[in-house]
Amino acid sequence: MPPSIEARQLTKRYGQFTALSGLDLSIQGAKCVGFLGPNGAGKTTTMKILTGLIRATKGTALINGVDVASDKKAALASCATLIETPEIYPALTPKEALSMLCEIRGVPRQDKNKRIDDALARVKMSEWADKKVGGFSKGMKQRVNVASTLLSDPEVIILDEPSSGLDPRGMSEVRDIVTSLRDRLVFMSSHLLAEVTEVCQEVAMIDHGKLLVYDTIENVTAKFAGGGGAAEVGFAGNVDEQLRVRVSKLPGVTSTTKSNDRHLIVKYDTAVLTQDKLLESVAGLKAGAITFSQASGLEDAYLSLIKETL
Amino acid sequence: MSREGSKAAVGSLVHVGIAAKYNFLNYFRARRFYVMLAIILIIAGLLTALVGYYRPPGFVDGGALGFYGAGWGSFASIVVVLSAAFFGGDAISGEFQNRTGYFLVPNPIRRSAIYVGKWLAALTASTIILAVFALAMLANGLFYFPGNVPWEFVESFAFAWVYLVAAMSLAFAFSSLFKSSSISVLMSVILLLFVFSVIDTVSSLVAGIEPWFSLTYGAGIVSNILNVPYPAAKTVTPFGPGGRFTVVSYNATVPEGLLILLVYLVVMAVLGLVLFERKEFTS
Ligand SMILES: Nc1ncnc2c1ncn2[C@@H]1O[C@H](COP(=O)(O)OP(=O)(O)O)[C@@H](O)[C@H]1O
Ligand SMILES: [Mg+2]
Repeated sequence: MPPSIEARQLTKRYGQFTALSGLDLSIQGAKCVGFLGPNGAGKTTTMKILTGLIRATKGTALINGVDVASDKKAALASCATLIETPEIYPALTPKEALSMLCEIRGVPRQDKNKRIDDALARVKMSEWADKKVGGFSKGMKQRVNVASTLLSDPEVIILDEPSSGLDPRGMSEVRDIVTSLRDRLVFMSSHLLAEVTEVCQEVAMIDHGKLLVYDTIENVTAKFAGGGGAAEVGFAGNVDEQLRVRVSKLPGVTSTTKSNDRHLIVKYDTAVLTQDKLLESVAGLKAGAITFSQASGLEDAYLSLIKETL
Repeated sequence: MSREGSKAAVGSLVHVGIAAKYNFLNYFRARRFYVMLAIILIIAGLLTALVGYYRPPGFVDGGALGFYGAGWGSFASIVVVLSAAFFGGDAISGEFQNRTGYFLVPNPIRRSAIYVGKWLAALTASTIILAVFALAMLANGLFYFPGNVPWEFVESFAFAWVYLVAAMSLAFAFSSLFKSSSISVLMSVILLLFVFSVIDTVSSLVAGIEPWFSLTYGAGIVSNILNVPYPAAKTVTPFGPGGRFTVVSYNATVPEGLLILLVYLVVMAVLGLVLFERKEFTS
């Protein structure tokens, strides 16, 4: 059975206020799904229900087919979680705190130390392994929290804004870690488009407690980004006007916009070009293109979708 | 897939042990444990010094039993209340207020296993505190009355420990009820030190009803056992002109006292657990 996360008519009310309203979402298989929405959209609320931190007012949340509300222990048996910014018992060291989770999650005794060492190394906290967490900065604590999701070998990983509280370097490291977890089902919330575009294949967008769309990033972009595809191309050097014109003259390209000194947003006609063809022709210019992603297309889609619900 | 899902899950009893182990480690390393230990040692030290210097009546002139009654018997309950409130009062509310619950709860572990594990850790820490106080009193007792440790002192210690278990259940229930750690600790102390005593007094003196519903009434056995003969279950003292009025005071017998403690222990443990199971990690 493939790993799965499922929300059925999930609703959460705080008094009169409806934080989540009849959310239906079914995710299956190993992949990374971004959960995108502005602050206050209901991302954390959804994830808290999925991990048994709060109860839904109505509806059901299932992980790997098990209802979280009726048997959290079984539902999370193969699911690692990071919700908001947890705190660790201040008198414990990262090693001890992670030991506790290893034991709870049933990591075999002989693997425990190696798993902990590896996890701490991946978040660059090895040298702090035996210091008390109480004195750590927010970012250091969040690194340990990220490490806590890497201990066991879970099929499902739920991450609620995992890079919050981290410096730019930390954020990029977390992206690399999440990217390396694509052989499982990762469900990661974020309000950062770039983060989702970089690491996820699919995206679920939420606003005002309602799911707006859930599809592959390509489809969402195609459907909602005012037609056509869009890609962001990064160059080794600064992008000058001459270069921009050269790119816009490539067959199938409809428009080009500089998003910053070294990046161009390229919109293209999907009837003429596919992403891989565009990449080939941009590379063919031999103009120093070094990165290629679809950020801005999703940005378009996001802006038009979020606007629609206002 | 050869992932964890296919492996045998960790049993809930094992989870209780894990939660207890790491919570105890956290207690044992934290300042609170040593503050509590210092408070107990100061109380014991003051008692030792005052008794040694002033030799107040009732301590060293009334035999070994009188000594343990005046020293241990008068202070054991306070030690019980303070350590139950200190270690149990914020055990659950702290998980919410300090956000440590976000690290522990969203894992394949039942909330009940976390609750019982934390309860065991708090009980272990406060049992150490109670035992240190008992040892300090015992050392004093042996100094004044060498080789004479009354059996009643052993019984009293056992009753005090049962009282500690019941008080811990109550503190945990408060801890599950309130979101703020300081409020739940404070409420536990106020309730156990003052409110129950007031209820005892009002109930017996004013209303003339035996306060069988009060935890501290049941805990009276801790000091009463050191009185020989054991105090009467009901004493009616006439006063006023011609004995027109009467004052009634009650004492729980040992079985009654133990029953009251056990009922509180069970009811509060269940209540606290139910509250914790329903409590939401909002904010
Ligand atoms: N305990 C609470 N009481 C009242 N409103 C809440 C509570 N928790 C969250 N909310 C509201 O629910 C909405 C969704 O919050 P949340 O799920 O945290 O959003 P986000 O998408 O930023 O994670 C927000 O408008 C928030 O103000
Ligand atoms: Mg959030």
